[in-house]
Amino acid sequence: MKHFLFAHHDNFSRTLVIALATLTIGIPLLTLLTPAESVFHCSAYTLSLLGKYLTFALVSLSLDLVWGYCGILALGHGAFFALGGYVMGMYLMRQIGSRGVYGNPELPDFMVFLNWQELPWYWLGVNHFGVMLLLVGLVPGLLALVFGGLAFRSRVTGVYLSIITQALTYALLLAFFRNEMGFGGNNGLTDFKEILGFNCQSEAVRLGLFFLSGLALLGSYLLCHAVVQSKLGRVVMAIRDQEARVRFLGYRVELYKLWIFVFAAILAGIAGALYVPQVGIINPSEFSPLNSLEIVIWVAIGGRGTLYGAIIGAMLVNYGKTVLTGLLPEAWLYILGSLFVLVTLLLPQGLVGWLRSYTKERSV
Amino acid sequence: MLQCVSYVLLGLSLLFISQAEASDSAASLQASLALLKQSSMTARKQAITQLGEGHQPRSLVILHALLVGQLFILKSTDTMVLAEAQAEQAFTVYAAESNKDLGKFLAAELSKINLTNALRSQVRQLIAELEINAEQPATRLAAVKKCAESVDDHLLSIIKARLPIETDAQVKQAIQQVLLLQDMTQGAKSERIAAMKVLKNQDSLAVVNQLKTFVEKDSEGQFLETDADIRHVAEAALTTITQRMHWYAGIETVFFGLSLGAVLVLSAIGLAITFGVMGVINMAHGELMMLGAYTTYVLQQLLPNHVGLSLLLAIPAAFLLSAVVGMLIERGIIRFLYGRPLETLLATFGVSLLLQQLVRTLFSPLNKSVATPQWLSGSWQVNDFLSLTWNRFYIFVFCLVVFVALMQLLKRTRLGLEVRAVAQNRTMAKAMGIPTAQVDALTFGLGSGIAGVAGVALSQITNVGPNLGQAYIVDSFMVVVFGGVGNLLGTLVAGFSLGIANKFLEPFAGAVLAKILLLIFIILFIQKHPRGLFPQKGRAADS
Repeated sequence: MKHFLFAHHDNFSRTLVIALATLTIGIPLLTLLTPAESVFHCSAYTLSLLGKYLTFALVSLSLDLVWGYCGILALGHGAFFALGGYVMGMYLMRQIGSRGVYGNPELPDFMVFLNWQELPWYWLGVNHFGVMLLLVGLVPGLLALVFGGLAFRSRVTGVYLSIITQALTYALLLAFFRNEMGFGGNNGLTDFKEILGFNCQSEAVRLGLFFLSGLALLGSYLLCHAVVQSKLGRVVMAIRDQEARVRFLGYRVELYKLWIFVFAAILAGIAGALYVPQVGIINPSEFSPLNSLEIVIWVAIGGRGTLYGAIIGAMLVNYGKTVLTGLLPEAWLYILGSLFVLVTLLLPQGLVGWLRSYTKERSV
Repeated sequence: MLQCVSYVLLGLSLLFISQAEASDSAASLQASLALLKQSSMTARKQAITQLGEGHQPRSLVILHALLVGQLFILKSTDTMVLAEAQAEQAFTVYAAESNKDLGKFLAAELSKINLTNALRSQVRQLIAELEINAEQPATRLAAVKKCAESVDDHLLSIIKARLPIETDAQVKQAIQQVLLLQDMTQGAKSERIAAMKVLKNQDSLAVVNQLKTFVEKDSEGQFLETDADIRHVAEAALTTITQRMHWYAGIETVFFGLSLGAVLVLSAIGLAITFGVMGVINMAHGELMMLGAYTTYVLQQLLPNHVGLSLLLAIPAAFLLSAVVGMLIERGIIRFLYGRPLETLLATFGVSLLLQQLVRTLFSPLNKSVATPQWLSGSWQVNDFLSLTWNRFYIFVFCLVVFVALMQLLKRTRLGLEVRAVAQNRTMAKAMGIPTAQVDALTFGLGSGIAGVAGVALSQITNVGPNLGQAYIVDSFMVVVFGGVGNLLGTLVAGFSLGIANKFLEPFAGAVLAKILLLIFIILFIQKHPRGLFPQKGRAADS
């Protein structure tokens, strides 16, 4: 097992793993050990913010797997993230119980408001933590399986695939806006009270969620790294570079693609599920095509096809977003737009690619 | 010579006569107004009758004002005026005879001309009579249609008198319809059945409403109409009309579908050039449409009094602006990324964010309202059950014009030939001496310019705001992909069929679900036919 997860890491990768592990263990420990006035003590706000970055990094990592390694530019990856988030949101909604505004023990407030008499069938069971965990992976995975299965079997590739993935998330966006869907319509799911019996707002839960997000990211990174080092990963990369040749060599290209697509969708779903309790809301805007495109730019800026690049890109861009939307709200879209243009023109391999070539030059 | 003189004399005498008539009618108008000023109701009754005899256009205006209580005496000059209430007890006052604007006055300076109920109904009858005999056929038609709603013996006698001298076919038919409706309700049994048989072929809401009363039951389950024969004929007539109404509803849906399709085609056709012919994914396409829409807005701000003219000017202006911006994008960004479609997609998406934010900074993030010229608003009332709005009709026509112009440009001009050559085989075209870089820029400019023109059309039917482009970008890509990349005719067919399908689904599924269903349909369709409805054939298809 040790060999499987920790083999073949280069310097960058090793540094990242150590940094992530330190962050994941260090920040909760420091916060627990230091008094509230200390500089090392993270406030609840900072913890949620950092935790949010970690979940973004996870979804970015999963997109790098499909885009960077398999060459599928999925413009609807945010849909899997949002679906995982909705499953978690449904679980948290059911935990509210009779503490809602209408005090109905069975139905969430918005259903009472819509005069629904009973829970729709797809809400049954999500109040169990275990079922919820299962569904967090199952729902995005199943969608990816059906959608990818259809698309890869009919050999839809390149920009066509990109455009229909965008259509997919757009269709879901429209669907989740409908009240009749039973997911809270425009307002989405919010006003969560507790998770596994603990108060969602408490510091302990925030620490726990941060720790879990860090752990999930670290674990997924090691797993993804193992996947791309494995024979399966080699075939996937070969598909990216010369799809027809791989097919002629006798590989079932569509199955490899499907495998990687579903795996990435499940990771994105987990990221979404960790994201929702930390921000306290999930609504249909998470499905908007713009959100999915932002994930793409994280990967592009960090450097695709490197895994750690995706993580670094997500962290940097989101940190920049937080700082800049606070300082100059107008400027953020200018900067994001310029990033798209400049990175594709000047840094096709992203920051990591640029760093790599820089260090290589120096060593030569 | 003699003839000449006699003509001149004749002309002069005619002039005198008409002048005399004019002064005569003015005098009679003055006289009746003076009579109306007196407080005795008998005098007013006489005045109203006199107003009716003159048949001058002013008397209708005065009678209308009298009926709604807008006719006053201005105390300071003791003259009759029309007054419209403004805010805070103030009135805008016009002279009753000449309609001259006399300025603003307070309520205390005016004294209203009051009417008794008897006089009011007299005025109402008089107005109907004057309108039925008015000069403009449209006024007559409206008056007759109003009769159909509530007819009495007096009105009936007026329209009966009008029928033989009526020259306008539409008004004539309307009068006959009122008379038949009268027969249908009041006449003898044979008359009623005969009337129904004629009326069942006419598309009138009044007829339907009347027929419905014949087949209704009262609260005890008894038919309101006692005669069973009449009921049967009425039911048959209703079925005929209802069938026709369904037919009209179908036509209306197709019309709505075509107009929605026209919007889709307009927004997709520029994309069909940049994406279809050049293979460039331009995610900023929607924002180029947005620029076109804002051009319309700016031109209207510059020419606030010429709504129609500014709209027409906006078409070339938007084309130029979007084309220039498009060429800048091509020269500045896209040309470095040829052959790397996914990177092009990302970079142009960045451009779209920049353009959106630029518009937000320049014009505020709020939606702007763009005025619609007179000739674009309103609708064409075909009959009581079918009316088609002009703006949607014009957009349909506009879409076809743009499409045909573009096809001709690609087929018949030097530029079109070069564009097609580069699209088919870039290296070979280059070898033949075609300046491919220049052609690329011009092609991209052409596609972008058409996006701008589409934006002008969109400004007439939707909100002009920074998000206008985003709302259409997914749809336009769907249309291009569905129709088959590189095939302009496919784009046209795809746009119209998606538009019509959407409008036929909407009544059953609702607007949002209809759209979702279509998106799913296209996603599945692409699985089956990855190259769209009309795939490109030959060598170009391989690239």
